[in-house]
Amino acid sequence: MSSVIESHHDDHHHGPAKGLMRWLLTTNHKDIGTLYLWFSFAMFLIGGAMAMVIRAELFQPGMQIVEPEFYNQMLTLHGLIMVFGAVMPAFVGLANWLVPMMVGAPDMALPRLNNLSFWLLPFAFGILLSSLFMEGGAPNFGWTFYAPLSTTYAPPSVTFFIFSVHIMGASSIMGSINVIVTIMNMRAPGMDLMKMPLFVWSWLITAYLLIAVMPVLAGAVTMMLMDIHFGTSFFNAAGGGDPVLFQHIFWFFGHPEVYIMILPAFGIVSHIIETFSRKQLFGYSSMVWAMLSIAILSFVVWAHHMFTVGMPLAAELFFMWATMLIAVPTGVKVFNWVATMFKGSITYETPMLFAISFVVLFTIGGFSGLMLSIVPADFQYHDTYFVVAHFHYVLVPGSIFSIMAAVYYWIPKWTGNMYDERMGRLHFWLSFVGVNVTFFPQHWIGLAGMPRRYPDYALQFADWNMVSTAGAFLFGASQILFLFIVLKTVMGGKKATPQVWEGARGLEWSVESPAPYHTFSTPPKVN
Amino acid sequence: MEYQKYYVPESSKFPIFAAFSLFILIIGASSTINSLDNPESNASLILYTGLACFLATLFFWFRQVVKENNAGLESAQLSQSFVYGMAWFIFSEVMFFAAFFGALFYVRSFAVPWLGGEGEKGLANMLWQDFEATWPLINTPDGGKAFVIAAKSMSFPGWENISHWLPLYNTIVLLSSSVTVHFAHLGLKKGNKKTFNIWLGITVLLALIFVGLQAAEYYEAYEHFGLTLNSGIYGSTFFMLTGFHGFHVMLGGLMLAVMFIRSVFYGHFNEHKHFGFEAASWYWHFVDVVWVMLFLFVYIL
Ligand code: HEM
Ligand SMILES: [Cu+2]
Repeated sequence: MSSVIESHHDDHHHGPAKGLMRWLLTTNHKDIGTLYLWFSFAMFLIGGAMAMVIRAELFQPGMQIVEPEFYNQMLTLHGLIMVFGAVMPAFVGLANWLVPMMVGAPDMALPRLNNLSFWLLPFAFGILLSSLFMEGGAPNFGWTFYAPLSTTYAPPSVTFFIFSVHIMGASSIMGSINVIVTIMNMRAPGMDLMKMPLFVWSWLITAYLLIAVMPVLAGAVTMMLMDIHFGTSFFNAAGGGDPVLFQHIFWFFGHPEVYIMILPAFGIVSHIIETFSRKQLFGYSSMVWAMLSIAILSFVVWAHHMFTVGMPLAAELFFMWATMLIAVPTGVKVFNWVATMFKGSITYETPMLFAISFVVLFTIGGFSGLMLSIVPADFQYHDTYFVVAHFHYVLVPGSIFSIMAAVYYWIPKWTGNMYDERMGRLHFWLSFVGVNVTFFPQHWIGLAGMPRRYPDYALQFADWNMVSTAGAFLFGASQILFLFIVLKTVMGGKKATPQVWEGARGLEWSVESPAPYHTFSTPPKVN
Repeated sequence: MEYQKYYVPESSKFPIFAAFSLFILIIGASSTINSLDNPESNASLILYTGLACFLATLFFWFRQVVKENNAGLESAQLSQSFVYGMAWFIFSEVMFFAAFFGALFYVRSFAVPWLGGEGEKGLANMLWQDFEATWPLINTPDGGKAFVIAAKSMSFPGWENISHWLPLYNTIVLLSSSVTVHFAHLGLKKGNKKTFNIWLGITVLLALIFVGLQAAEYYEAYEHFGLTLNSGIYGSTFFMLTGFHGFHVMLGGLMLAVMFIRSVFYGHFNEHKHFGFEAASWYWHFVDVVWVMLFLFVYIL
């Protein structure tokens, strides 16, 4: 089925309204995508500032800068803001901008719902951040909010936290429904499933995961709320419940959640590597199948986060093998990216630099994940900085690098201007060095036994912590450069051609740059 | 090839109002809950303001969509988007209930037996060594120190008492309401609005009866059995599962009631265009299936 756009008010059909109202009332997928991306960037800076507080405190052993209570709040908010405020909204923003253009649709399927999905977020995070100023302080129980830390021993602001998680979840679910319906129902004629760009595929699967697990998270926080205020005993053994039950429910959400934060990255990187290698992507259909199997497996591995909690042996073994199995489709993807580059005529523009370092550094994170999946080994690694190093390798040079790559890759399409290539490369190299200096040493101090989540540590960990902090401030500072580059590109620069990149293929490159406010008023032809 | 028109509203005030009123609503809800033991607190005013604004926004929003529909702005493709959207929304609701059913299965098969000393992690029994695992769990592991021990559970009371057993009546009521809503649908498909209205009206009535019976059951539990949210994990799972289900019955019943009003007083729906009703009826069937699961796993087994 196909479509043309229909408007009530033909007189102002062609451009957006002016001023603040444009952004508050918009139903346009590009406007909403832009809102998501800026929101995500703001959260990235706020969460980043919190990370700087954490790293500054860890610069030297002993307590120097903040109180332990405040350290815990920073740690918790940093995790929550980066996951729910920075990475996820950035991917939703990219989906908003790109999915309709890539499938040849006039807009998202449910435009008003789309606006609601976005505007819930600033309110939810406003409430979460305001908890810093409440009596008893902000949530301090870690981003995984394990009971009973988050129930019996939680500060009063936990109630606000619970409701803001509900709102974030509602936003994600509505956003995902929109993406799925757009992909299922709004493709241009001829855009068969197996012809869809991989970014679209990755989002189809991600949206499915989100709709499946965000309600489970809502269930978890609801049980917390009832335990705290209404006398139930879900997570209290004295009444017959079990604190470990919380961990099961949380990780049933949490593990698919980590794939939610990486699948869209897989899509982005595939496009970029293909373009700058000037070759067709190697193994398209195996890429799709790999993502599908990752998505399905991600529902049966959650307890690898709980190996040390005291599960029956059969469960430990099952979750170990299932986790290792995920490495297979992940390996297929890495192989395909490398095979795409093989014998390609590669150029190293900024998006490609980020994409290649994604492949290398994400793979490092995958390997440390594999090490963690070995039950007896995890008994040693669990809750040390080794885990911190693992998930930061998959999330920072993984998810975040892919988002930055995407911004450099598509910003000419969004703004009509080329970014400054020299500054882009500088940003890349600073970030690349910063990330590795920050997180690689954390593998070593983790293996040596430094526990995570403490504001202080034993003396033998001092040197590498100092290095790590230096790296973190380098990485943090280079993101100011990123902000500057983006602003500069928005305001002007060399004009971009419609195709922008020599090797770029796909519907979004067939329209002018910047893409018109309404992209396809009649469906494009797909060959 | 002829293209259909896809209606994209130029801009809309509803979403931002909805977001803002939800903001007020959750600030109100959190403050109210945090000041439950403070009788002077006015926080609930914020809660009710937010709720009223939110409901009003939804009302006007849906009214607008219905108007657009009646004005013929909506294509077959847009209707298809609504169909998919509703289906995925119901899937998300399924997963919400899955979390609570999962909790029930986990405590019944693992947590409670372990606390009673059975199984591989029966070590947990060292916490409260007198505790014996049973289900329905009436005696809490701590012997009622922190929790109030109920006199009786809501489970199947045996054949001799079956005639006083409310959940059985509830099951009959809800299952028949799924049938009546189906009859309404069949009537509508044949273009017979009168059959449609009558069966739909009966369905709404059955929904009301169900909610009434459920309220009676809660009254009995609280007043006569001493079974409350505070009665340990049995009370927790019982009230949360049946409570959320009851809430969904009210929501589904409200949707059906709106459809009834639209049909009877405004003459909406015909044999070709009735997505609003269809969506509500799917929701109703979903609520029904959840009840069957509840009846099996909460009441009988
Ligand atoms: C080959 C794939 C992967 C494997 C085998 C794997 C395995 C693991 C294991 C076993 C743990 C638990 C370690 C412990 O707490 O002792 C873990 C933690 C974690 N992983 Fe992975 N992982 C993989 C990929 C990823 C990806 C792609 C992401 C996100 C993009 C990710 C994010 C995380 C996070 C956030 C944690 C820590 C959560 C916390 O405790 O705070 N992992 N991983
Ligand atoms: Cu995991």
